[in-house]
Order: sequence, then structure tokens, then C-alpha cells
Amino acid sequence: MSGHDSKYFSTTKKGEIPELKEELNSQYKDKRKDAVKKVIAAMTVGKDVSSLFTDVVNCMQTENLELKKLVYLYLINYAKSQPDLAILAVNTFVKDSQDPNPLIRALAVRTMGCIRVDKITEYLCDPLQRCLKDDDPYVRKTAAICVAKLYDINAELVEDRGFLESLKDLISDNNPMVVANAVAALAEIQENSSRPIFEITSHTLSKLLTALNECTEWGQVFILDALSKYKAADAREAENIVERVTPRLQHANCAVVLSAVKMILQQMELITSTDVVRNLCKKMAPPLVTLLSAEPEIQYVALRNINLIVQRRPTILAHEIKVFFCKYNDPIYVKMEKLEIMIKLASDRNIDQVLLEFKEYATEVDVDFVRKAVRAIGRCAIKLERAAERCISVLLELIKIKVNYVVQEAIIVIKDIFRRYPNTYESIIATLCESLDTLDEPEAKASMIWIIGEYAERIDNADELLESFLESFPEEPSQVQLQLLTATVKLFLKKPTEGPQQMIQVVLNNATIETDNPDLRDRAYIYWRLLSTDPEAAKDVVLAEKPVITDDSNQLDPSLLDELLANIATLSSVYHKPPDAFVTRVKTTVQRTEDDDYPDGSESGYAESSSHVADGVTSPQASSSSVPAAARQADPAPAPAPVPDLLGDLIGLDNSAIVPVDQPSEPAGPPLPVVLPASTGQGLQISAQLTRRDGQIFYSLLFENNSQVALDGFMIQFNKNSFGLAAAGPLQVPQLQPGASAGTLLPMVLFQNLSTGPPNSLLQVAVKNNQQPVWYFNDKIPLIAFFTEDGKMERTSFLETWRSLPDSNEVSKDFPGAVVSNVEMTLDRMAASNLFFIAKRKHANQDVFYFSAAIPRGVPFLIELTLVVGVPGVKCAIKTPSPEMAPLFFEALETILKI
Amino acid sequence: MPVAASAIYFLNLRGDVLINRLYRDDVGGNMVDAFRMHIMQTKELGTCPVRQIGGCSFFYMRISNVYIVIVVSSNANVACAFKFVVEAVSLFKSYFGGSFDEDAIRNNFVLIYELLDEIMDFGYPQNLSPEILKLYITQEGVRSPFSSKPSDKPVPNATLQVTGAVGWRREGLVYKKNEVFLDIVESVNLLMSSKGSVLRCDVTGKILMKCFLSGMPDLKLGLNDKIGLEKESQIKSRPIKSGKTIELDDVTFHQCVNLTRFNSEKTVSFVPPDGEFELMKYRITEGVNLPFRVLPTIKELGRTRMEVNVKVKSVFGPKMFALGVVIKVPVPKQTAKTNFQVSTGRAKYNAAIDCLVWKIRKFPGQTEPTMSADVELISTMGEKKSWTRPPIQMEFQVPMFTASGLRVRFLKVWEKSGYNTVEWVRYITKAGSYEIRC
Repeated sequence: MSGHDSKYFSTTKKGEIPELKEELNSQYKDKRKDAVKKVIAAMTVGKDVSSLFTDVVNCMQTENLELKKLVYLYLINYAKSQPDLAILAVNTFVKDSQDPNPLIRALAVRTMGCIRVDKITEYLCDPLQRCLKDDDPYVRKTAAICVAKLYDINAELVEDRGFLESLKDLISDNNPMVVANAVAALAEIQENSSRPIFEITSHTLSKLLTALNECTEWGQVFILDALSKYKAADAREAENIVERVTPRLQHANCAVVLSAVKMILQQMELITSTDVVRNLCKKMAPPLVTLLSAEPEIQYVALRNINLIVQRRPTILAHEIKVFFCKYNDPIYVKMEKLEIMIKLASDRNIDQVLLEFKEYATEVDVDFVRKAVRAIGRCAIKLERAAERCISVLLELIKIKVNYVVQEAIIVIKDIFRRYPNTYESIIATLCESLDTLDEPEAKASMIWIIGEYAERIDNADELLESFLESFPEEPSQVQLQLLTATVKLFLKKPTEGPQQMIQVVLNNATIETDNPDLRDRAYIYWRLLSTDPEAAKDVVLAEKPVITDDSNQLDPSLLDELLANIATLSSVYHKPPDAFVTRVKTTVQRTEDDDYPDGSESGYAESSSHVADGVTSPQASSSSVPAAARQADPAPAPAPVPDLLGDLIGLDNSAIVPVDQPSEPAGPPLPVVLPASTGQGLQISAQLTRRDGQIFYSLLFENNSQVALDGFMIQFNKNSFGLAAAGPLQVPQLQPGASAGTLLPMVLFQNLSTGPPNSLLQVAVKNNQQPVWYFNDKIPLIAFFTEDGKMERTSFLETWRSLPDSNEVSKDFPGAVVSNVEMTLDRMAASNLFFIAKRKHANQDVFYFSAAIPRGVPFLIELTLVVGVPGVKCAIKTPSPEMAPLFFEALETILKI
Repeated sequence: MPVAASAIYFLNLRGDVLINRLYRDDVGGNMVDAFRMHIMQTKELGTCPVRQIGGCSFFYMRISNVYIVIVVSSNANVACAFKFVVEAVSLFKSYFGGSFDEDAIRNNFVLIYELLDEIMDFGYPQNLSPEILKLYITQEGVRSPFSSKPSDKPVPNATLQVTGAVGWRREGLVYKKNEVFLDIVESVNLLMSSKGSVLRCDVTGKILMKCFLSGMPDLKLGLNDKIGLEKESQIKSRPIKSGKTIELDDVTFHQCVNLTRFNSEKTVSFVPPDGEFELMKYRITEGVNLPFRVLPTIKELGRTRMEVNVKVKSVFGPKMFALGVVIKVPVPKQTAKTNFQVSTGRAKYNAAIDCLVWKIRKFPGQTEPTMSADVELISTMGEKKSWTRPPIQMEFQVPMFTASGLRVRFLKVWEKSGYNTVEWVRYITKAGSYEIRC
């Protein structure tokens, strides 16, 4: 029964919107329906069809359920941009919520809850009240979720109108799906509220556990997740609960299984009888293993959770290590997680088998996986003392294959093994030294050098080996330099002969005078002083016995583990981070954990302060003067959605950089390029450009309000950029009435928030106001605005600079389309942009002009233009200490020449 | 929080949005851009299915030529989200007649919107069972059961069924002939070392049912598994009959099976959905009968020649046979020329997957055909690293054979009208990942 809807995507280009408008108002039902489908198709591919709002809403009053659903879908998408027109739909909604057909009643309530327009919300209350007491369970289960939606929009309203009580009544409903949805809604509301709203008593617990049997699979997940927060009074109650939850382990739905496991693990903490615990562990193993035959993505979630579970209860899967052996075509993310669990489950009993597996993996194709496998062997050696020797012999076998990255990884782990078992396995050093010349990674090199220094007395040619590294000392990464320094000092202390003595001179010299790495320099000075004042003390310090290490690299802190186990099956358990470390809506201090890839996004100033809108106690007026930025966030504006990290830097800056708008200012002159079209900005249009006036850089902005509401409280923020541009003062835009516009000149400063990487002209800007979400747009930084007034050079210094710069700093480009017809005018124009004429010479029939310019921080540009007056084609060559700026320069030049 | 999604996107391989639905307000509308920029256009794609970008988390799955992306900004239930996607896809498939790809989405976008509205509310998964949804979400909106026009045939209790305890079966079904088809499908997973020792071996089986039964029947299934038999003999106080009993490591059931009853009485009893469904899945690790043994010998003769000998032994009954047997023996990339000798079937070199592929259409039990091949390699100078040998892989199907030895002992059908049913049972064993290292 495949459809043919794709035809709705192809439309005639000519006058699409008017055509649709006509069809929507057609007198024929079928034509209207097709037209709505076309509108939805256009919406799907991202076209703006909001202008058809009234026409689409007119189709709402229909008997046809399919058409009604489509219109509702349209409403959900566009009601927010047309809040005033959305009111038109209210009547139909209210009428539909009393329709004899329960599907339509439910649909009306469901859709109204999705339209987050204040005026509609008011009208939602009465229908919702009715639907919560509807005869039909389908309507009730929809209404239950709708309460959670309403709470998200207006929590006060929900509490005032007594919806919470009605929702609590639904927990005792005779229909299991209504119960499940009510539980889900209450649990969510509780999570966002500081008051106790939904507290699970032993009575509700027992009622819900009974409902569990009859719920759909998803309902079971809702209930289990809500109940997992319940703290049993004693061991007996815990056992009781567990007994009733255990059958869920047999469910085919992985989410049900994981939620059941979560609940059982929570209750197990209270159970004292070892027999019961052992029995439970036995019962949990098979379902966990079965999760590994699901889709790879589900396997991944399961494996991340199993990783946590085995840290708390290793016995559960102690005998199941084989199921974690990697299949050849497992996705890489599954393999990596399996490996991690294999290390955790490795024991004296199964280590031989495990080692065979690791060895096999070490010959596979994926380099990262191979490295992890080699490292795993090392970690097993550190973990299992009795197996260490076998592990090392496997590592040596792998080194003999002479695959570069295997060797390097092996050396890194062997260093750790030496730390764990000092004076035991040093006999293999000779083998390691054979691979010395293949090392090219800093960590491997550093490890090898550490080994040489640590065991200098046993390696006959230690001085030669170290010396071979010393030649390249200045070029090495700091990690290697530090190790070289320490190793040489150790060598000297152990063998104070002539060779090492010379070496130490070289190293100390290199590490103090010729480096600008403070760590290296400080360490070198400490050694130097130690050696020159008291060599014996130096020996005591440098050659002191080191504490033995253990393998705890991947063990989580017990309290963190507790928190993560309480969050099994959720994101938190996958990231191995507590929820508040990545959920921006929760108002807590951000706790960082390892491998935090996107730290900035998690503590965005916007989202944090905007969470509990209802709690905002300070009135906006009172606070606007004292703490402008932060307090303004407490305005009941819609909470801005979190943004992906492309602007993470931006919102991660401190609040003081966000500048509020207070006073009006004069509008700017020439038409500016539009950077945020009204269609994207829900009616707000912004035009902007960077300009230079009187030796200062300004961001010239024009705001036009084409929306239906007055906009105020404008603020602006710039992301990190190549020039470190940032606002020097507050953005000054008055309140904009609908249809009004205002321009402003925003003074800018440089080098405030510099981005790294090669320079580019991208300027990412965010603008917010009190009525709308945050708008992001990209602008171009024109280099023209940066040429300073003091860029003029004397002829002699120009020649000198030109000669002093190497040829590699010369970049040239042809502008085939550019024509210079009037030399005087061109020179004037260039001078106006602070490109200063130096000299001119004839070369064959061509004219060659020389100019100089400079940008802030004194970066000069020496420019040579070769052209024939009146003939298209200009060749430009520039020399500058920063040739990476050349593309930006050529862009600027092109604008000047083209005008 | 059991919320599974704030938004769901269906993208094609280029990253164009095919369809999307926002369920909650906590993620912005331009989330796909972030997904495209930070995952699709980078090497990240395929390295991890759960990623955090800024304040949002993305879960994604690829199904045929479509990426399904879920975006959340809260601590959502990931397991629930992925399972929801899997279930939603199978729901769409059942609506589209089996296919799910870019074209199917474009051709059914109205229907998908309608389904997306129904199967998830505010990020909470609702009823996803195709059986029930098809009652009131149809291709033609006019066929709606509740249309107020009296001419339409109403299904008055559709909403009760969506939310009811038996949410997977509709009432009032009538069949002339009451039939049940039972398929036991087992996949054998094997990982064998080059020395012939079994590293890992298990069977994942599933019981697929097709029911064409009238009314609201109660079914009870009996297998020759150990726990079930023991319990039964306890109840009937009768010793266990001799014969093979199977120890099931783990069993999971379709939501129609009464789990509490299974836990206490060890019987599989259920009211089945109409039509086709997967009744249960199980896993067995002990006492697996491997249908095939593979004995490879691969010799590298110098740098440019290899000799491959593979013997495959079928160890099931002589009257049975396997179908579609394929044995893939990996060879190095620089293979130039191959020369085969096979005792049965056909063999050739497939350069696209760097394998010698030996196909045997019909493979009788208790036989051991062989393949030997001479492989000539282009000599390469620079290649220092020795060739990493991927495992030999095998595909097959053996009808009327179960690697676990599982048998259906009985299937009882009770219905208040007391009709007779015809039961059909089939067994088949397939290769899961059947790998032999060499």
C-alpha cells in the first residue's frame, strides 16, 4: 500500500504561493486537500509558507480527519510566528474537543498543547479539564500528557487550575495506558519543580507495580523509571519489590529490560541476604547478554551500561567474558566498548583466552582499535600480577611484527608495567631498544626515553642512545623534551663520566636559554641548582623510589558510579557523566569529567539563568540598571533553545560581555547588506556591516521590525573570530514597535576574543531581544575596515622592508576583470581606504604602482600593482609578515578596485 | 526521565531533511545543521551513535539510505529512543509494504506525519503496534472509523483497543479456517580459532508465528526446554520423559506473553496478535550442534604464491541437506590470478571483497567436499606489514534442523467458541556470524 505523495513536492516554479492560495480557497474538497498536502510538502523541504496561514486555517473546519490532521500539523509549525492569527483556530479547537469522536477530541487537546502561544494556552484549560475526565481512555491518556505540556509553558496555570490533582487521580485509573502516561507526566513535572508534587508512597508503589503487568512496553518503561527513585524502607520491602520487577527482565524491549535492571540494582543495595543477591545476579546476566544481539546502536547503549554495572557488581558477568569477544564486523564503537569490558572482566582464570583475543585484535585493520588492544594487554598486566609475564611475552611477540604503531603503543604500556613491577622485567629492555629508530610519536618517544633514563645503569650504551635523541632536542614536542631532560640528569647521576657531563651541559643549556616553555625551563633550573649545590641531594630527589602504580585509569569514583547507576539507560549512563554535567536546563554547578569534548555548551549563560522562569523574583525594572545582562534573562521570555557548539564559545563568555540596550541612537546612512532576513527572523530583519570611521571600527546595524509585536531589550554578542572583534560598548536600540526600524553604530574593539586557526573573514553574531529566540547570523569581516591611518611608509623603509621579507612571504593574484581608467581617482580611493601610494615606475608598457598599508598590531602590507591604464587586468603582489592574511587582503582590494 | 526524543529527523545520505517532527520546545529548529556539520561531514560519522554537540545530544541510526536522527537536550532514555526508532521503522515498513528508504518516505510523507503524531506524544512513545494503528490510521483519511457520516463502517471501540490490556489484537476477527504457522529460526554464531578450537559459539533463535485465528484465543506453547519440563513434571508429579532437554540461557517474549505467569508457572501463554509476529527470542550456549566444520590450510609459498585448501564437513543427518552454502576465504588485495579445483559447487575469485567465494547450492549431510586453490600475488616491494588475515566466513541454511535441538512439544489453542485449529511447524537453521580464523 505504497503512496505516491512525492508528486506534492514538485510544484510549478511560477508564483507558487499565490497558486497555492487559490487552491486552498477552492470550492472542491479534494483540491483543498491536495493544496494542504502541497503546503506541508513545502514546509517539509524548508520553504516558508507562513503567509498562507489564514488560508490553511480556513480548511480546518472539515469532516475529513486526514485533512484536519494536516492543518493541525501546519498550526504546530507556524502558530508561533503568527500568534495573533493563531487565535482564529481556537474556536475550532474548542469545538473539536467536544466532538463525539474520541479520536478528534484527543487530537484537539494534543495539538493545542503543542501550540505554545500564550493566548491559546488560556483557551486550553477548559477543554483539558473536560478531557481529563473524559469517558474514553484514549482521550484521558492524551490529556494526561497534555498537562505536562502545559506545565512546561505555564507552571502556575497548571497549579492554579488544579490540574495536578486531576493528574494524580488518573494514577488510580482503570486503564493501564492512562496510568502510565499520568505517571510519566507527573514524574516530569516533579523533575522541574522544587516542591514535592509526586511522591511515591508504598501504597502507590504497589498499585503501580500491579499496573505494570498490563501496560504497553513503553508504559512499563515510564513506570519503572518513575519507581526507580523509590527508597524501600527495609530489606524485606526491597526484596518484595525486586521479586515483582524481575519478570520484566524477560521482555523483548531493551528499554524495559534496562529500566528493570536499574530498579533491581537500586533495591539490591538494601538487600542483606547474600543468597538473594547471588540469585539476582544470576538472573540479571542472561538478559544483559541478550541485549548484545540487538541492533549495534542498542548494543552500544547496553555496553556503556554494562561497563557501569560490572564496576559495581563484577560477579554478574564474571563468567560471560566470551560474549564480549569482538566479531570481525562489529562496528568500531561496539568493539571499543567490548574491549573495555573485557579488561574489566579479565581474571587469572580467563586471562589466557583473553590474551589470545587481544593478540588477534592487534593484527586487525583499524589503527585505533589495534592500539586499544595493545594497551589492553598492558592494562591486564598491571591488573593481574600473576599474568603479567604472559602479557609481556605477548607484547614482545607483537613488537616483533614491527608494525610501527603497534610497537609504539607497546612501548607506552611497557613503561607502565615497569612502574607497576619494578626490577622484574628489565631483561626485555634490549628488545625494546631495537625499535628505537621507528619511534615517531611523542608519547612513545617519551616513554622510551623514560625507560632509558630509569635503567641507565643497566643499559651499556645508554649515553649513546640518549645522545641520538639530543640532536633534535629543540624540535621535539615538550613532552619529549621534559623526558629527555630528566633522563639525561638521571644518566649523569648514575654515570657521572665525561660523556654524560657534556650531554647535561647541552641539555641544560637548551632547556634554559633556548626554550620559551616555562615548564621545561623551570624544571631545568631546579635540576641545575640541585646539581650545582648538592649532587647527593639531587640523587635523593631525582632517583627516589617511585610509588607503585595500579590500574585505576578507567574506574569511576564510587559516588559518581552511584549516580550513574541510578541513571541506567539514560544519556548520563552512556556519557558516564552526571546529568547536570550536560543538561543545560538544570540549575546546578557544572561538574566536569574527563574527555569533555564540548565544555562550553554545558554552561551557557543563557540557558542556565533562564531555566526556572516561574521562580524569577526580581522584577525586570529593578534589576536592569545594576546587573543588566544576567537579570534580564529572568524576564518571562521564552527560554532560548540550547545551541550547538558552533556558537558555544559565544554563549560561554561571561555575562558582562552581553550588552543590553538602553538608549536610542542615530540611524546610519547608506543601505547595509541584509544579514538576517525577515523570513528567518520571524519578522525581525537585521542589516549590518563593519565600517571604519575616524580611525575607529564600528559595526553599523539596522533593525527593522516586521513582526506583529513590539521588540525590546536587544543585545548583541560576537563569537570568537580571527581578529578578536567584540563590542566595545552596549548595543543601543530603542523599543521597536511593529513596522518601525532603528539603526545604530556599535563601537568595536579588536583582539578581545581571538579564535585560533588560519585567519578567515567569518564573523558569527548573535542578537537577542526579550520577545524572540536568539538569532544567529554570519557576516563577513572586510579587511578594509582594519587598514590604519598610520600605514604610510617612507620610500627607504619600504624598500628595506621589501628586501628583508623572504620571498615565501610574497603572494600574488590576478584580477582579470578589474580596470583602472583614471589613475588619480584610483589613488584617491585607495588613500581613502588607508592604502598609501609610495612610488610608480614603468615596466615595458605596464605601469607598476607601490603602496603600503598596515593593520592593527603593526602588521604591514607592501603592495605592488601591475596594470595598463584602461585595459582590464590588474596583477597584484603583496609582501607581508603574515601571508596568511593575503586572501582577505585581495578581497578588500577587489572591493576598492571595483567601485 | 523516560522522554525519548525532543525532535526526530529523517535525512537522506546528503543530509537533506526528508521529514521531521519537533515534539518539544527545548531544542531549536536548526538542529540538523549541527548534525550535518559536526557528524555527517566529518570522520565522526559511524564512530559513535550517541554524540553531544553543544547543549544537545544526537542519537542516530542508518537504515537503508536514510539517517534517522533524534535530538534531545535533557537526560533522555537512550535505550528507549533507539528502540522507538527500530519499532517505528518496522511500523513504517508494515504500512509501506516492506520497504523503508528515501523514496518510501517521500511517497508517504503525509502518512508518516500522521503516524509520528500518533506514536509519540511530547517525546513519550505511545502505542506503536501496527495491528491497532491500522484500525484508525489508514492511507485514505475518509476511511476513518469515526467519521460522523453514517455511511462509514465504524469500528466503535478502536480507542479502547489502543489503550486496552490486549493492545495488540482487535476484537471480532473471523476466519473460515483457523490456522497457526510456527517457524523456528535459529542463527548459529561461531568463532573458531585457526587451530580448530571453539572460541565462542551460541545460537540465537526466534519463534515466528503467523496466526489466522478467530476471536480472542488463548494459546499455550510447550517446548522441550529444561525448566519448562521440570516444572511440568512437578505439577503433574510425573517423572521427566527421557529425551533431549534444552537449557535456554535467556528468553525474551513479545509483549503479548504473560511474563508473570511465565515466571511462576514456566508456561508460555498468550493472546496472539493477528497475522505475523515474533513470539519469542532465545539464546543457547550449551550443547550447540554445529552443522558444519571448516578445516582450512593456507600456505604462503614465498612472496607471490599462496595455496589454499578448504575442507567443509557437514555434520547433520545424511537425509537432510543445506541450501545456499557460501564459503568466503579472504585473500590479499594484491591477488593476481587464481586457479581452482573443487569437488562440488563452483568457486571464483571476487576482487570486490578480496575473497575466494565457493558456492554450493545443495549440500547433503555427512559429506565433506573440498576446494583447493592456487593464488598468485603481485609482488609488492614496499609492503612491510604482513597481511592481516580476516576470518573465513560462511553462509548457509539447513531446513528442518535446529542447532540447539529445540522442538515444539505442543501448541494448544483455546477459544470460547471451541473451534479446531491446524498447526504447522517448520524449523530452519541459518548461519549468523559463522567465522573461522585462519
